[in-house]
Amino acid sequence: MTKQSKPVENGEGLSKHLQSPMQRRTFFRYASASAAAATILLTTSCDDDDDDMTPPTSGVDLGSGDSGILNYAYALEQLEAAFYTAVVAQSGSALTTAEMQVMMDLKNHEVAHREFFKAALGQKAIPALEVNFSSINFNDKNSVLQTARTFENLGVAAYNGAGKLFTDTGVGLDYLVLAGKIVSVEARHAAAIDDMISGGNRFGEEFIDSNGLDRALMPADVLSAAAPFISTKINFSNLPK
Amino acid sequence: MNIFKILQDIEKTDAEVYDRLSSRRKAMSSFGSMGKKVALAAVPLAMGSMFKKAYGQSTNSVLDVLNYALTLEYLEYNFYDQALKSSGLNLGANRDFFTEVRNNELAHVNFLKAAISGAGGTPVSEPTFDFSANNTFSDWNTNLQTFLALSQAFEDTGVRAYKGQATNLVSNSDVLTAALQIHSVEARHAAVVRRIRGLKGWITNDERGAGMPSQTQAVYDGEAQTTQAGINVPQISGISAAGVSESFDEPLDMATVNSIAGLFIKK
Repeated sequence: MTKQSKPVENGEGLSKHLQSPMQRRTFFRYASASAAAATILLTTSCDDDDDDMTPPTSGVDLGSGDSGILNYAYALEQLEAAFYTAVVAQSGSALTTAEMQVMMDLKNHEVAHREFFKAALGQKAIPALEVNFSSINFNDKNSVLQTARTFENLGVAAYNGAGKLFTDTGVGLDYLVLAGKIVSVEARHAAAIDDMISGGNRFGEEFIDSNGLDRALMPADVLSAAAPFISTKINFSNLPK
Repeated sequence: MNIFKILQDIEKTDAEVYDRLSSRRKAMSSFGSMGKKVALAAVPLAMGSMFKKAYGQSTNSVLDVLNYALTLEYLEYNFYDQALKSSGLNLGANRDFFTEVRNNELAHVNFLKAAISGAGGTPVSEPTFDFSANNTFSDWNTNLQTFLALSQAFEDTGVRAYKGQATNLVSNSDVLTAALQIHSVEARHAAVVRRIRGLKGWITNDERGAGMPSQTQAVYDGEAQTTQAGINVPQISGISAAGVSESFDEPLDMATVNSIAGLFIKK
């Protein structure tokens, strides 16, 4: 019987694992897939008049394998944390005290997520992303809540879609559990925001299909939806498929 | 069941088993001390966790997990369906919400049954439920507050239950993704029920929250964790321990969930 890799039972030394030889092996496994993926992305990318689109092989590289997925999550958490930080700083007059209390909680949660991923990734962490909130009116309740709704539901779909991309042994299992610990909090956020917008106990029903399933989106779709809010170009072409 | 015989058989197949378990003596002594605390019926479960420790694999098959999920969905669906049909329960403005939730739970039941059959398994039969839990919550279908408290407990349990099984589903990406897609719907339900009850949508520390019966505390035990993957998150983020505990929902193992759900299932 061949020896199988042991799980990291308490998750300690997560960042050490990311630097380990195992991860290099994982990198090679995915490196070959990335070339094919880049071709597909190039053929499906931009309209001629859309000069915002950049070939996916430029920009901040999320990397490959499990750490690539963690960087993907880190990017989304950076976006959310920056948004709620701005809301707490700027939207005081637009929101009720109760609404602002929720926004302060959301800011704390997203900052905790962001800093967690940064620490877990260590040297592999992507740099701080530059956000673009020019389309958001922070003095308008509707603009703030609708943006929150977009981000939270996108976050839920992103984590749901990314679960299967982690390696299915060893430390990859720890990452899957961690993503699970976070996605349900994002779903709680999404429901609370919808409840606030509707004033009538809505919880994002329109994101749930006839089988009672929430959305699950792949990185290309998620990052394309997030792109208007992120100035930094993100290269996700090396992520697991 | 002869544990010594089983260990001998494992030894024949895998000579290194005790290295994985640290030592045979330690393996046996854990069983010894466990025996004082748990009934014999729980031993297969303990074996399961031992194998998981040794090989990093779970003995729960995907079908077992799906049937476990199906039982929980049966419980939730019946709870809401019976409540909606109870003439003594005034849901008021919340009736639409609980109708939507009931419909989601029914969709989960049907989805899981189809998934189990599709994978060549047999869906477990629907249990008979007693939502009064042997008269512990005897007014569950006449008193809105009792109903809401149980709803919160079931939804928060559901979130933890699915989360606890994610790693047992990695051999099948489609099933894993579907389970995650149900998991986040349960979290949406949980958040709104909590808000209806006047709480935050998220769990602070391991608090069950104002008005929750003490019998529901098992649903929240272990939720106060602030160190994740060996990282002390309050320390590196500057966010309070309470805030960090809210930011991460914790999984719950199958045995604990079954003991919670079992209170409401007629034997």
